[in-house]
Amino acid sequence: MQTASLEQLEEEEAKDSFDVDVAVTNPEKVGDGMNAYVAYKVSTRTSLSMFSNKTFSVRRRFSDFLGLYEKLSVKQSHHGCIIPPPPEKSVVGMTKVKVGMDDPSSVEFVERRRAALERYIQRVVSHPLLLQDSDVREFLEKEDLPRAVSTQTLSGAGFLKMINRASDAVNKMTIKMNESDTWFEDKFQEVENEEQQLRKLHAMVDSLVNHRKELCGNTAVFAKSMAMLGNSEDNTALSRALSQLAEVEDKLEHLHQEQAASDFFIFSELLADYIRLLASVRGCFDQRMRAWQRWQEAQSSLQKKREVEAKLLWANKPDKLQQAKEEITEWESRVTQYERDFDKIGMTVRKEVLRFEKEKAKEFKSQIIKYLEAMLQSQQRLIKIWEAFLPEAKAIA
Amino acid sequence: MTKEEFTKMKQELEAEYLAIFKKTVAMHEVFLCRVAAHPVLRKDLNFHVFLEYNQDLSVRGKNKKEKLEDFFKNVVKSADGVLVGGVKDVDDFFEHEKTFLLEYHNRVKDASAKCDRMIRSHKSASDDINRIASSLYTLGTQDSTDLCKFFLKVSELFEKTRKIEARVAADEDLKLADLLKYYLRESQAAKDLLYRRSRALVDYENANKALDKARAKNRDVLQAETSQQLSCHKFEKISESAKQELIDFKTRRVSAFRKNLVELAELELKHAKGNLQLLQSCVGILKGNT
Repeated sequence: MQTASLEQLEEEEAKDSFDVDVAVTNPEKVGDGMNAYVAYKVSTRTSLSMFSNKTFSVRRRFSDFLGLYEKLSVKQSHHGCIIPPPPEKSVVGMTKVKVGMDDPSSVEFVERRRAALERYIQRVVSHPLLLQDSDVREFLEKEDLPRAVSTQTLSGAGFLKMINRASDAVNKMTIKMNESDTWFEDKFQEVENEEQQLRKLHAMVDSLVNHRKELCGNTAVFAKSMAMLGNSEDNTALSRALSQLAEVEDKLEHLHQEQAASDFFIFSELLADYIRLLASVRGCFDQRMRAWQRWQEAQSSLQKKREVEAKLLWANKPDKLQQAKEEITEWESRVTQYERDFDKIGMTVRKEVLRFEKEKAKEFKSQIIKYLEAMLQSQQRLIKIWEAFLPEAKAIA
Repeated sequence: MTKEEFTKMKQELEAEYLAIFKKTVAMHEVFLCRVAAHPVLRKDLNFHVFLEYNQDLSVRGKNKKEKLEDFFKNVVKSADGVLVGGVKDVDDFFEHEKTFLLEYHNRVKDASAKCDRMIRSHKSASDDINRIASSLYTLGTQDSTDLCKFFLKVSELFEKTRKIEARVAADEDLKLADLLKYYLRESQAAKDLLYRRSRALVDYENANKALDKARAKNRDVLQAETSQQLSCHKFEKISESAKQELIDFKTRRVSAFRKNLVELAELELKHAKGNLQLLQSCVGILKGNT
C-alpha cells in the first residue's frame, strides 16, 4: 500500500458532501398493555433525486431501526464498512413505558431513546455507501414496513456478542498475518486503547450525573427546610430574607436539574455512542482479517489440488487428471478473487477509518462546546440569582 | 503514582486542610468574641488566663469518669426538663420565648442536617469533575491530533472550574452550614437557660407551699421563710438576666445571619463570575480553533 494512494483517499473524502437531513420526533404510545409500543415520526428533508419527494415522513418503531441495522450488517459489513450501531434494547425501560408514559423516569427514557435513534439514523444517512442502500431508502420512505423479526440478537449484549464472535474467529487464526504495512496493526491498537479510555470516562460522567441528581434532591429538601425556618423566625426582615434564601435554593435546584440533563444528554450519551461505534470499527478490522483468512485458505486449497495433480500425473490416470486440472483452474480464479477482495476491503477500511476519525473529531468538538456553553449559561443564571438575593440579605436589620 | 498525580494530590490535600482550618478559626473567633462581649463572663479569671498566659495551658480532656458523669447529668436534665417544661408561665414574655425556641430549635436542626447533605453532594460532584479532568488529560496525551489538543484544553478548563466548585462548597459550608450548626447549639443553650429558670420557678413555688405548711403547723417557720426568700431571690435574679440574655440572643442571631448571608451571597457571586470568565475564554478559544 503506497502512501500516494492514501493521499488520494483523503482528497476523495473532502469532496463528499451530503444533502439529507433526518429528524426523529413525536414519540407516541400505540396500543395498550404488554403489546403496546412507541412509534416515532421519522422526517426527511432532502434534495437528492433518488428520493421521490423533497420532504416526507413515516412512522417507525424501535424494532424497525434494529431491523435496518441487521439488514445493513448482513449486506455491508464484509466490505469493511463501519456500520453505525443502534441504541440498546431495554426491557426495564420499555416495561415502564408500556405501563404508562407519564412519570418522569419514563419521560426521560423515551427522550433518551428518541435522541439516540435520531443520532443513529443521521449517522446512517451521512455515510456515503449506506445512503445508497435500498433498505435505507425504504426505511425512510416506505409507508408500511414489514415487522422486523429476529432482532433478539440485537440487544446491547447481543450486539457485542456478534462483534466479539468475529474477533474470536480472528484470534483462533494460527497463521499470523504478515503485514507489509503496520498501519492496520497500529490503528487497531489505537482503537482498542481509545475504547478503553472512553469507557472509563463514561463511567465517571455517569457518576457525575448521579451526584448532580442527588444534589438536586437535597437542594429541594433544604429549600423547604429553610422556608420553614423563615416562618419560625420572629424578626421580620430576617424572616423575609430566609424565605428569599429558600426561593434561591429552589431556583438552584432547577439549575442543577438542567445541568444534570446536559451532563447526560450531551456528554454521557456522546461517550456511549462512541464506545459502541469503536466496537463497530474493531468489527470491520476483523472483517479484513477474515478476508485475508479466506484468501490464505484458498491458497492452501490450491496447493493441495496441485499436489493431487502431481500425484495423478505420476500415477498416470488421464481421466481423473482432466478433473484435477479443472479444479486447479477453479481455485486459481478463486485465489485471485479473494486476493482482490482482500485488497479492496483493506482500502475500504482505511477510507472508512479516515472518515470515521474526521466525523469523530467534528462531533466531539461540537458536542463538548455545546456542553460548555450550557455550563456557561448555567453560571450566568447563577449570577442573576445571587445578585437578586444580595440586597435582601443586606436589608436584614 | 506519577509526579503530576502526586503534586495534584498534594495540592488537593492542602486545599482541604486550608478549608478546615478556616472553619475552625472562624468558630474559635466567634466564641472568644462573645465571651469578651458578655458583661459577666468577660470578667472571668479563666478567660483572662486564656488570653494572657504565654505558655502552654496543658488543658486535660475529660476522662472516662467525667464523661460518664456528664452523660448521667444530661439524662437527669432532660427528664427534669420534661416535668418542669409542662408548667405554664405567668409571664407572657417567657411563655412566648418557650414556644418560639422549641419550634425554632427543631427547624434549625432540620435545616442544619439538610444543609450538610446538600453540601456533601456538591463535594461529590466536584470530585467527579476532577476525575473527568484527569481522564480527558489521558485521552489528550495519546496523540498530537487536533482532537487531542482539544481534549487537553478541556481537561485544563475542568481542572480550574472544579477548584472553584470545591471552594464554593467550602464557602457554603463555612457561611451557611456552620451558621446553622451554631444556632442549633445556641438555641439549645437558650432552651437550657429557660429550663434553669423554670426549675428555679418550681423551686420557688415549692418553697412557698412549704412556708404555708410551716405557718399552718407553726413549726420551722423561720427556716421556711429563709429558704423561701432565697428561692424567690434566685428566681427573680435568673428571670432578669434571662430576659436580657434572650433579647441579646435575638439581636446576635439577626446580625450573625445578616453577616453570614451577605458574605455567602458575595462569595457565590465571586465564584460564579470566576467560573463564567474561565468558561467564556475557553469556549472562545475552542470555537476559534475549529
